[in-house]
Amino acid sequence: MKDDAAQRHILPLNLYLAVGSGLLVLTVITVAAAQMDFGQMNLLIAMGIAVVKATLVAMFFMHLKYDNRIYMLVFVGSLLFLGVFIIFTMFDTLRRGDIYEEISEPYLKEAVIYRTAETGTASSHAAADSSHTAAEAETETTDH
Amino acid sequence: MEHTIPEKHYLNEATGWKSWLMTLDHKRIGILYMIMVMFSFFLGGVFALLLRWELISPDKILMGPEMYNQAFSLHGIIMIFLFIIPSIPAILGNFVMPLMIGAKDVAFPRLNLASWYIYVIGFCFAVYALFTGGIDTGWTFYTPYSSETTTAVIPILTAAFVLGFSSIFTGLNFIVTIHKLRAPGMTWFQLPLFVWAIYATALIQVLATPVLGITLALLMLERVVGIGIFDPAMGGDPVLFQHFFWFYSHPAVYIMILPGMGIISELIATFSHRRIFGYKFIAFSSLGIAFTGFLVWGHHMFVSGQSDFAAVIFSFLTFFVGIPSGIKILNWMATMYKGSISLDTPMLWALSFLILFSIGGFTGIILGTLSIDVHLHDTYFVVSHFHYVMVGGTVMAIFGGLHYWWPKIWGRMYNETLARIAVVLIFVGFNVTFFVQFIMGTQGMPRRYATYLPQFQGMHGFSSIGALIMGVGFLLIAIYLIHAIFKGKPSGPNPWKALTMEWETPSPPRAGNFEGAQRLTHGPYDYDKVVPENALKQYKTL
Ligand code: HEM
Ligand SMILES: [Cu+2]
Repeated sequence: MKDDAAQRHILPLNLYLAVGSGLLVLTVITVAAAQMDFGQMNLLIAMGIAVVKATLVAMFFMHLKYDNRIYMLVFVGSLLFLGVFIIFTMFDTLRRGDIYEEISEPYLKEAVIYRTAETGTASSHAAADSSHTAAEAETETTDH
Repeated sequence: MEHTIPEKHYLNEATGWKSWLMTLDHKRIGILYMIMVMFSFFLGGVFALLLRWELISPDKILMGPEMYNQAFSLHGIIMIFLFIIPSIPAILGNFVMPLMIGAKDVAFPRLNLASWYIYVIGFCFAVYALFTGGIDTGWTFYTPYSSETTTAVIPILTAAFVLGFSSIFTGLNFIVTIHKLRAPGMTWFQLPLFVWAIYATALIQVLATPVLGITLALLMLERVVGIGIFDPAMGGDPVLFQHFFWFYSHPAVYIMILPGMGIISELIATFSHRRIFGYKFIAFSSLGIAFTGFLVWGHHMFVSGQSDFAAVIFSFLTFFVGIPSGIKILNWMATMYKGSISLDTPMLWALSFLILFSIGGFTGIILGTLSIDVHLHDTYFVVSHFHYVMVGGTVMAIFGGLHYWWPKIWGRMYNETLARIAVVLIFVGFNVTFFVQFIMGTQGMPRRYATYLPQFQGMHGFSSIGALIMGVGFLLIAIYLIHAIFKGKPSGPNPWKALTMEWETPSPPRAGNFEGAQRLTHGPYDYDKVVPENALKQYKTL
């Protein structure tokens, strides 16, 4: 049976060594990258390297590359659904502040809520306003 | 032609309560599930009647607001987790699916029995919660209320958590069964559509249910040790709970409806005596529903404080879930067109499904429209929408299926006249109960309140009368179906002259299902190629 053949599949030692040293090199790169500051790219780079490493392990050490393709489908499928969950939830959590845009450009200047927003401490966008003092701005960094 | 009950069949081949409680036969496990799940349906129904009774008047009749909160929570939790999610897969899927693919049993009979025991454990936790403080969060368990209320949240969460495993076991079992145990020669596109539907459902059960487990576990941790993931005071986010919850629960509504759609495909083909129109479209639209169902959960959260950006995306995507459902409805109608339709009881349930589910689906699209939902959210419009899809859809389908396969399960026929009266009672009672709720909803009647403004009294009263009619209908069904088990006329192997494989074995079947190995001789809907003997069954008019 095909499944049995896949289980007995033995890879040449050299391939294991090559993948293993690949992983070591990537580890060195991870450590090196952690020493430098790429700003916003920090997370992306670290995660990118981690993903490559995990893929290597799954493909060669865990034999996903040589197994029945259904396992690949299940594995990638699960990751995809996890991705959907996290990304779609971030559509919400990362953009919740959007609603305060309205305060910086009120449709109805005389509406009560905008009046309190200008005089009170509710709006973070007011912090950008040069008429505010530094002290005031400090208390207003809530939704960045 | 007079039929007789075969001498030996799965019901009498082994006897004694132990032969039932230790059984590995998928048919017996289906019946064990039927007993538990239908008992849950009865319990949930009692709570429903209590709710409608209370709502006859805005003043207190039976219960105060606290009791009312408990009653609607229990109604919802029982109906969703104990009844509608397990119902079709665990009862009819278990009984019929292996027969339909010509298998002797499911792939993992022990896992199958284990899933029933796990269900029973979950059921016990739910009953325990009922007697130790009840639960008043609604079936949705929204934080922050659910992390603060003093009612028995932990036991009921445990119940739902445990029931989830039962659901996963069933799903896993069915996926493997459908992949591995099809009769020789039966390709994927010769599977009956019920099997496709069960397959798509099983995929969702396996993919989505773990998320429910995680969600409930997090909520328990929040309550017990205060991890703060949903608590803003500790940097958490209560809306995150809703994301977790609906990531499972929107796909879960398809766990509820897809198997129902599978039953309807069988009923429409059998009783139209016609090849099902658009087989592949129906099959793939099940998978389409299973997939798109994962991308729309945010439509339950339009007014939760979710970002506008997310709300717009979720609203847009929601319109896509209407497409596969629409494809199915149109294909069923095309199947009936120029068919030779007989209006036996199961077909009457199927026709009720077509009408009621269409209304439910269309109102779903209305609710998915962001700007409209801001007004309709948490009103009776939503209550009515989901009852049209869940009762008008799934419950119609399961009763259609039970009436269709009852002769296969017990080898005996129920009283056709009473059965038709019951369909009419349910159909009328349902519409009386729920149609006015759309109107109340648009007029601003909020859901989950024990009382209301006097202007709604007429409509609430009307709705309660409908509930009573439905109650009578279901009672009638229980009586004649149980009567049929013992006293019904023997039905013979294939009373409806259908072409799927479960009808090729005696009714009731033997413990091993078929004599020898089953071979595929014709497709499930080859009505244009094969004429089952006595194809145009004479049917008695009322
Ligand atoms: C045509 C496809 C459907 C669409 C577009 C749709 C859309 C929606 C929307 C937008 C809501 C949220 C309304 C609100 O809370 O303001 C909702 C609620 C609901 N829907 Fe549907 N729906 C569809 C089909 C179904 C089906 C097939 C079922 C179950 C069998 C279902 C069960 C529910 C339930 C239980 C709720 C209420 C949940 C709660 O808040 O308690 N829906 N639906
Ligand atoms: Cu939904």
